[in-house]
Amino acid sequence: MIAATGTFAVSCSGVHKDFGQGETRVQALRGIEFGARFGELTFLVGPSGCGKTTLISVIAGLLDRTSGDLSVLGVDMDGLTPGERVLFRREKVGFLFQQYNLLPAFTAAENASVPLLIAGIARKEALDRARSLLSTLGLSQRTEALPSQLSGGQQQRVALARALIHEPKLVICDEPTAALDHKSGESVMELLAGNAVHPDRAVIVVTHDSRVFHYAQSIAHMDDGRIAEITRAQHPREARV
Amino acid sequence: MNFVALRMLTGDRAKYFGLVFAIAFCTFLLENQTSIFANILRRTASQILDVTDAEVWVMDPQTEYWDQTKALKDTDLTRVRGVPGVAWAVRLFKGNPVAKTLNGKFAVSLLIGLDDATLSGAPRKMLLGSWQRLREPDSVVIDQAGYVLLFPGEPLELGRTLEMNDHRVTLVGISDASAPFLSVPVMHTRYSEAVNFLGRERTQLSFIIARPLPGTSPEQLAANIAGATALRARTTQQFMWDCIRYYLKNTGIPVNFGITILVALLVGTVVAGQTFYLFTVENLKQFGTLKAMGVTNPRLVGMILLQALSVAALGFAIGTGMTATFFEITLRQLATRGMVLMWECAAITAACIFFVAAVASILSIRRVLVLEPAEVFR
Repeated sequence: MIAATGTFAVSCSGVHKDFGQGETRVQALRGIEFGARFGELTFLVGPSGCGKTTLISVIAGLLDRTSGDLSVLGVDMDGLTPGERVLFRREKVGFLFQQYNLLPAFTAAENASVPLLIAGIARKEALDRARSLLSTLGLSQRTEALPSQLSGGQQQRVALARALIHEPKLVICDEPTAALDHKSGESVMELLAGNAVHPDRAVIVVTHDSRVFHYAQSIAHMDDGRIAEITRAQHPREARV
Repeated sequence: MNFVALRMLTGDRAKYFGLVFAIAFCTFLLENQTSIFANILRRTASQILDVTDAEVWVMDPQTEYWDQTKALKDTDLTRVRGVPGVAWAVRLFKGNPVAKTLNGKFAVSLLIGLDDATLSGAPRKMLLGSWQRLREPDSVVIDQAGYVLLFPGEPLELGRTLEMNDHRVTLVGISDASAPFLSVPVMHTRYSEAVNFLGRERTQLSFIIARPLPGTSPEQLAANIAGATALRARTTQQFMWDCIRYYLKNTGIPVNFGITILVALLVGTVVAGQTFYLFTVENLKQFGTLKAMGVTNPRLVGMILLQALSVAALGFAIGTGMTATFFEITLRQLATRGMVLMWECAAITAACIFFVAAVASILSIRRVLVLEPAEVFR
């Protein structure tokens, strides 16, 4: 079933996340009000330590929130057992990490196929699908290269293929352009906008890189554990904050 | 996911080979030292095990091991033969005369006197000559190592002469007797000759060896003889273990080898265990990524165990190959002849290696299980 573009894939209301207790307690999230829509690129921006990483970890089910309401793809994360949460991540969420987090001993195709292998797809089929997706992302000649043999931009494309190969409903990107020069960053964002955005999928991008803000349909500004402002762009790629 | 686990393991060649060879080295040390220890202890009973035609040994009640003998009375042989279940029983003499060559080289020897009529108690394998030639007067069969010791650098040939207790004796055979605990020549002759070569004492009978009738077990026969004669009667295996226990209890051998084996175990454990533990810890980021992407904890545990098992199995196989090669090379050296890799030592080593791998895995698994998948964003 295809979700209607514009409906919320992620919805946070009054979400708090504390680390530690008593005097050592740190309030990382202080009543987050946030939403990410299907078919959109939603950016989460803000200074270091404002809680962006904590928020995407909570949304992805990697961290438990302390309080508040959170609905991800229509599922109340509180209602899931730890095992169901793992399964939810496996099937519904794709990750794009700042440092790519590719497995160094695996070729590009093998890295891209990992989510399928985790899902129990046969190795050959998984590799075929990974090669096909890597070709779409412009890496048809580099499918058998190891990460150490790829440039930063190429590694990020492999990581993007890995994030998309199992067709997740939610893609979470953590600083995807931080380790790249401007040209490579633009290229990755083009690919993200062109391949990840889908009417049935929401994409959340955490970034510091103001040079790529114009790709966003919605930008949530975080400060000190709160959403300070949400900006919606009428015409993505023309938005300026 | 087994593919992912094995690829993670083998991807970093330097670490992978480091792990495998750490375990191989540990295996080699353990198997080598335990086997040498076991083989040396076995040598304390070499001449007992060489006697394959008899199954029961009768001796003075105070005798504890092979090298400690007190002569029996000649009438004891008749008494033993009269015990129900005895198929046959014959005399066996053991002494330690000095054997000299014509050019003055000499060595304390182990002289075994076989029953004149049957020659029972001789080792099976002859390299040169025949046991039947022992029926010639003043004849002995010497083992190969003894020959090399007394006639260094000379080819194996019969007819050479030795002097023992003012008797000139002729070598009529060269045997492949098992190496004794001490590296002395092992000589066999007839009982009646042996007592002359050593010098007469009032009584000469060191051991009586016997064989049970069909239907009577060696254990039963030993019990029968002990009950009927008040002598000590042991089966071949019991007597072998008596000797081994004596040396374990009364010499420093077990302490010395025990320390070596312990050091091998500790070094192997620390090296192999720590290497595997560090390998997993260094891969925590990869495990964290997999965890974030939806790999369950049980699956991660399975992956780590598979990695540990693979490394342990390969390291153990290579180490066992190294040990087997070592013993294959030394098997035919005179000083280490007969020493082999004992399957019991390989089994004990395997248990140690897989225990080490299991402990290292458990420690590693703990780190992976407590790893927060959210760490991948940091």
